Amino acid sequence: MEEKQNFTVSVYTENNVGILNRLSAIFLKRHINIESMNVSKSEIDHVHRFTFVVIVPKTLIRKVVGQLEKQIEVIGAFYHTEDEIIYHETAMFKLSSEFLYDEKIQDKLKFRRAHIVTITERYFVIEASGLKEDIDRMYDKLKPYGLLQFVRSGRIAITRPKMAISELLKETI
Amino acid sequence: METSNKTIVEEKALKPVKISGAEAVIKCLLAEGVDLAYGYPGGAIMPIYDELYKYQDKLHHVLTRHEQGAAHAAQGFARVTGKPGIVFATSGPGATNLVTGIADAQIDSTPLVCITGQVSSHLLGSDAFQETDIIGISTPVTKWNHQITRAEEIPEVIAKAFYIAKSGRPGPVLIDITKDAQFGELDFTYKKCEKIRSYRAVPKLDIEKVKAAADLINSAKKPFIVWGQGVIIGQAEAEFKAFIEKTDIPSASTALGLSALATKHPLNVGMVGMHGNYAPNVLTNDCDVLIAIGMRFDDRVTGNLETYAKQAKVIHFDIDPAEIDKNVKTDVAVLGNVKESLTEIMAFINKGQHVAWLQEFAKLYQKECEVVINDQLNPTKEGLTMGEVVNKINQETNGDAIIVSDVGQHQMFACRYANFNKTRSSVTSGGLGTMGFALPAAIGAKMGMPEREVVAVIGDGGYQMTIQELGTILQTQVAVKIVVLNNSFLGMVRQWQELFFDKRYASTVMKNPDFVKIAEGYGIEANRVSKRENLDGAIKTMMASKEAYFLEVVIEQEDNIFPMIPTGASVSDIRLS
Repeated sequence: MEEKQNFTVSVYTENNVGILNRLSAIFLKRHINIESMNVSKSEIDHVHRFTFVVIVPKTLIRKVVGQLEKQIEVIGAFYHTEDEIIYHETAMFKLSSEFLYDEKIQDKLKFRRAHIVTITERYFVIEASGLKEDIDRMYDKLKPYGLLQFVRSGRIAITRPKMAISELLKETI
Repeated sequence: METSNKTIVEEKALKPVKISGAEAVIKCLLAEGVDLAYGYPGGAIMPIYDELYKYQDKLHHVLTRHEQGAAHAAQGFARVTGKPGIVFATSGPGATNLVTGIADAQIDSTPLVCITGQVSSHLLGSDAFQETDIIGISTPVTKWNHQITRAEEIPEVIAKAFYIAKSGRPGPVLIDITKDAQFGELDFTYKKCEKIRSYRAVPKLDIEKVKAAADLINSAKKPFIVWGQGVIIGQAEAEFKAFIEKTDIPSASTALGLSALATKHPLNVGMVGMHGNYAPNVLTNDCDVLIAIGMRFDDRVTGNLETYAKQAKVIHFDIDPAEIDKNVKTDVAVLGNVKESLTEIMAFINKGQHVAWLQEFAKLYQKECEVVINDQLNPTKEGLTMGEVVNKINQETNGDAIIVSDVGQHQMFACRYANFNKTRSSVTSGGLGTMGFALPAAIGAKMGMPEREVVAVIGDGGYQMTIQELGTILQTQVAVKIVVLNNSFLGMVRQWQELFFDKRYASTVMKNPDFVKIAEGYGIEANRVSKRENLDGAIKTMMASKEAYFLEVVIEQEDNIFPMIPTGASVSDIRLS
């Protein structure tokens, strides 16, 4: 069996209703779990960008991206390995205010990109961003305090290699 | 009539007029040259049916007896004409009943434009009467789909639908139109769609790849071609024939590629695949260059991929980039329309001669004749064989008929033994393997090619899955010939039970009704034959009829289809018995 690895899949699409369904159906039909997903506008007006993270063998990701690419409203689809991207996730932790002045928590916040964004009488909220592993570590550390809520965004990634969407659009117009 | 339609459309194009969304749908179809559609009315599509009534002199609507029948009839029409089949259905169950036909069209690359009614936009998502999320349901089985909630969107969306259905690798599209969009008004102008910025219908041909393919072909000692439906869809039959005749390469068809090259052509070495011919399957693992043209290496073609043509360099001509390296790793991929690719390659290929190599095919064909074919066509046992029935149809039609087959043993007999002289003469459900396909598909095929004979060859199981379409034949008087090969079994599953499940015939025995009486109940002349001496006359009588005709042939109950590549086996391990 070929080894599975993390792939970040970037899909540029028209901004129409139903595209998410069409894309997720391609993963579904091959029984692939989507580890993370993010949708946003892209660098091109009226073009949306989906970022998926999946863990699959390399031969499979090529086929999946080919099938994503052939959907009518997909402008371009690409896959990249971890070393080909600069990526990032954001997480938020809601904790009870009784721990606000806990020194250990203060220590945790010294970790690179974490800070308190809201403080109320009852709770406070920490926002942290970084690699998935950084956030996992932060999660493990804060968990013993009884997380009131936790949420993490999907991965967003900028690729080192070029994705020539504008050129693709020019060619088909 | 066509020209007068055109002038009307052109005039309207200059001066917008306010019409209803429902009328706009009809006008869009007329502008696309549609004059025939299949469907079934219901609440959410009534405004469109009201317009179909008004426009009935220009656009003929065929009422099927079930929406699945409408979808398959439209497929039959599309497969023989190359034009998109048009289907109407209402929301909810009407729409879901189309799904099997749409899925079948998707996997067999058949252009369909399906238009479904939907509940009014203010009711969407409220679980309204006959509401279903047909966009969500149909997404994985359509080339494209779209929901219209405002009348103004109709012309542009329908224009896109036609372009997408027909262009590149064809496929089904579904347009879901809410009832308020059908009632709403718009300023109607229609402009055909010619491009979509996110969609490249045909990849740009890379001449370097063509040259690389030609180099491999020129140096091959034992080249072998497997062609598929891409040759037919790409209207490349003439280019394909010129290519194989210049290179003298033995060529085999997939099930869906049948009839692109005449059965009797000396370079046609038969069909590949699970129940294909012996020589092309065995020699797939002996060739040095395998040239795949407009086919997608389906698992029923390749058998075990681990042992499929490993010794060969593989060249793959296809229009769909997603098919390259999907199942079989290629050495040279030539992307593009095969008509263009095969035209371009002619300048780079040398005239070939492969006498000894072709002789190997002939030798193995001889072996297949001795073990399988002779016994099928001229059986010595008492019971009738499916092969001899198909052969009698060949003799009576001279190979000029369109053969529409369903799914199962009879389908494989039809594919193996039917003779085809002309392209677009074999219509069958390949990828999806949809039992119940043939009867409605034959209706559509006959309507698409009324001047040709259309013979549906169906098993007793599949026939009963869409038998209600006899009502469509009654109402339209469409002159299809229906041959039911009745072995009172779900024969293919029974064969597998015999071979791999120790003859435990779980739910494959069929207690059947009196098929002749049923056909007669629908006003269709009908006959039953069970003895060899009556077969010839029965088929002659059927073919002589100018109207629809039903013939039941009682077949040997436990006959098997051979050769056969058991699941997981290599193509070269094909069994003759």
